Amino acid sequence: MAEDDRKSTPDELDRRLKGVRQAYQKGTGQSSRPATGGAGGEKLGVGMRIAVELVAGVVAGAFLGLMADQWLGTKPWLLIVGFILGCGAAFMNVYRVAQAEERRSKAAQDEKKS
Amino acid sequence: MASPLEQFAIQDLTAPLFTIGGHHIAVTNSAVFMMGAVVLSSGLLLAGAGKGAMIPGRIQAMSELFYEFIANMIRDNVGSGGKKFFPFIFTLFIFTLFGNILGMLPYGYTFTSQIAVTFFMAMVVFLGVTLIGLFKHGLHFFSLFFPHGAPLFTAPILIPIELVSYLSRPISLSVRLFANMTVGHVLLKVLAGFVVALGIFGVVPLVVLVAITALELLVALLQAYIFTILCCIYLNDALHLH
Repeated sequence: MAEDDRKSTPDELDRRLKGVRQAYQKGTGQSSRPATGGAGGEKLGVGMRIAVELVAGVVAGAFLGLMADQWLGTKPWLLIVGFILGCGAAFMNVYRVAQAEERRSKAAQDEKKS
Repeated sequence: MASPLEQFAIQDLTAPLFTIGGHHIAVTNSAVFMMGAVVLSSGLLLAGAGKGAMIPGRIQAMSELFYEFIANMIRDNVGSGGKKFFPFIFTLFIFTLFGNILGMLPYGYTFTSQIAVTFFMAMVVFLGVTLIGLFKHGLHFFSLFFPHGAPLFTAPILIPIELVSYLSRPISLSVRLFANMTVGHVLLKVLAGFVVALGIFGVVPLVVLVAITALELLVALLQAYIFTILCCIYLNDALHLH
């Protein structure tokens, strides 16, 4: 190493860091700060999110229906209504997750192109 | 052979300290690991913040990495007004992360594999976020339950669905973390059972076991990240209402 790190000023260090980052970007075509989670891990996370979202909506709807049934004594009607609403909510949540994911991946692609 | 679910059993490590509503409260293995997570994370971060050197050492670089990671997450997902909640989000992330990672130690106990723990954390986030939204926007907060620009006659269907979807948040938040940690640890135990049972051919599951352990480490990190980022997204919804 030509320069001693301990003797250089913060400004110098900043400049050198910048130079290294640019060289890295040119060499690999990637930003020096990779996206959090890594490519495979990120996808795994999205898959898990969708799977759990699908279950959670139905469980929440059915549970609310069951509780309302017990409170009002209208077994099984509110459970059925709650279950159907829960299915709707679950699908909406899944749709939202997928939509957000698509928007994000599109933004990442645009960034890569430019 | 030990049951793969035995590792999740809560054991009292001390005599009952006091009684609440007929329940004897003692220090359990779960509580010990929670305290361990708090002590270890505080120790790491305090050691990192102690010197404040211009050129960070290893520990300082690590704590700065954690700090920047969460600060960026809040900036990207919550935006303006999110900085106030940094301490809470940061604590949540570090606590979940250390819980998941400490569970990967041999003879360790994963407290995040208890639905009671994760559901409590999710409930705190859910109630906190709802209260923040109510305080900030007043009754206008309930416009969250009706999508902007939808025709008015769809309200009787949409509002209940949105309500259920909102109430399903703590369930999905807690079940995701709990299910991931539990399933991973059961899988490890079952495969470890094969290693013993197959004798010399146990080498095959042993190799798989090593790979799964690496995968579990990834899942431990990822689930802490997802738990935190979802809290940020919920916070963003409450602060900015779509």
